[in-house]
Amino acid sequence: MNINLTLIGQAISFTIFVWFCMRFIWPPVINALEARKKRIADGLADADAAKTERERAEQEAQQTTGQAREEASRILAQAERRAGEIVAEARTTAKTEGERILTQAQEEIDKNTQQVREQLRGEVATLAVAGAEAVLRREVDAKAHAEALDQLAERL
Amino acid sequence: MATEYASGAEYIKHHLTNLTFGQHPDGSWGFAHTREQVDAMGFWAIHVDSMAWAIGLGLVFVGLFGYAARRATEDVPGGFQNAIEQLVEFIDGTVRDSFSHRNRMVAPLALCSFIWIFLMNLMDLVPVDWVPWAFSLIGVHYMKIVPTTDPNVTMGMSLSIFALVLYYSLRCKGIGGFLGELTLHPFSAKNPFLKILLIPINLFLEGVALLAKPVSHGLRLFGNLYAGEMIFILIALLPLYAQWTLSVPWAIFHVLVILLQAFIFMVLTVVYLNMAHDTGEH
Repeated sequence: MNINLTLIGQAISFTIFVWFCMRFIWPPVINALEARKKRIADGLADADAAKTERERAEQEAQQTTGQAREEASRILAQAERRAGEIVAEARTTAKTEGERILTQAQEEIDKNTQQVREQLRGEVATLAVAGAEAVLRREVDAKAHAEALDQLAERL
Repeated sequence: MATEYASGAEYIKHHLTNLTFGQHPDGSWGFAHTREQVDAMGFWAIHVDSMAWAIGLGLVFVGLFGYAARRATEDVPGGFQNAIEQLVEFIDGTVRDSFSHRNRMVAPLALCSFIWIFLMNLMDLVPVDWVPWAFSLIGVHYMKIVPTTDPNVTMGMSLSIFALVLYYSLRCKGIGGFLGELTLHPFSAKNPFLKILLIPINLFLEGVALLAKPVSHGLRLFGNLYAGEMIFILIALLPLYAQWTLSVPWAIFHVLVILLQAFIFMVLTVVYLNMAHDTGEH
């Protein structure tokens, strides 16, 4: 329990350690803590800003989607209308064409019938003349009786 | 180990004697080999064990915290880094709470006091015989490993802080202000004659209050740790099979004491320095 030089020795070493602590330990640690505190605060602020931004973007996206949907339904309606139109048009065209073909065929048939009828008429006339010749046993002047034969053929 | 000594009293005396290097009465310098030689050396001696352990533990503090400080970044801290930063932040908070002025020195001083004293106190939990026995093997007769059970150590620190208190008192208040604080309180009078009459009384009261600060500051720490160490030594005198029944509870309780005493020393340091900065202009 003696008071001796240790007292002074301890005072000196205390001073040195405190000086060292003040010079080399305290400032870097406290600065790092402050810097980290600031960084965390900045990070939180950034997160808040990002959240606001995200909400804004979401709203915008929703708006855009709505617009796109509207546009799509508009286009769809238009396309449907157009398709209907095309179908109707095609139907009309086809009908016209069919009718045209039908008419043409009818005409052809009519023409052929006419032709055949003409032919038959001629042949019948010839046959009639031949028949008449055979009946009369004499030459019938074809030229002199042509008019009468034509009239006959006309009746057939 | 206690059985190697002639009596319990001798064992206790041995364990409470520092390894002392100093000037013998005949003028030669050397280590003291008996308690009587230690006493004869007087002031011109140094407790080698106290100083060595104190400086060694101070270096542990400086090493640990210096390492953490060098690696301190604002990035995510690791476990060790985090622990050191927690301590620094705790000290910073305590200092902010009780120190209301601007001084770059107070917080590092508080950190250094707290950690260093805690480490020195921690040596109290090392079983009392281990280290002295190990040193006796290499021929060192005395070895006290708890520096804070040496009043020189605690008073050395408290007097250093007292010097700072005086320095900052004079710097912040001026000589007149400081003397006024010592002489015009607690009794004050408007009458100039009465005022002069009261000066000696005030000076006595304030002087005692002022001087009691460093003494109580240092002796509180010393007393607590010395008593704790003494009880460990007394427990070590019990038969070996019975020691744990007392040493375990006492050690557990002592964990609280060493932490608390370090904390009290630190807080008082901050409070005294705060008072030194107070200029009375509230």
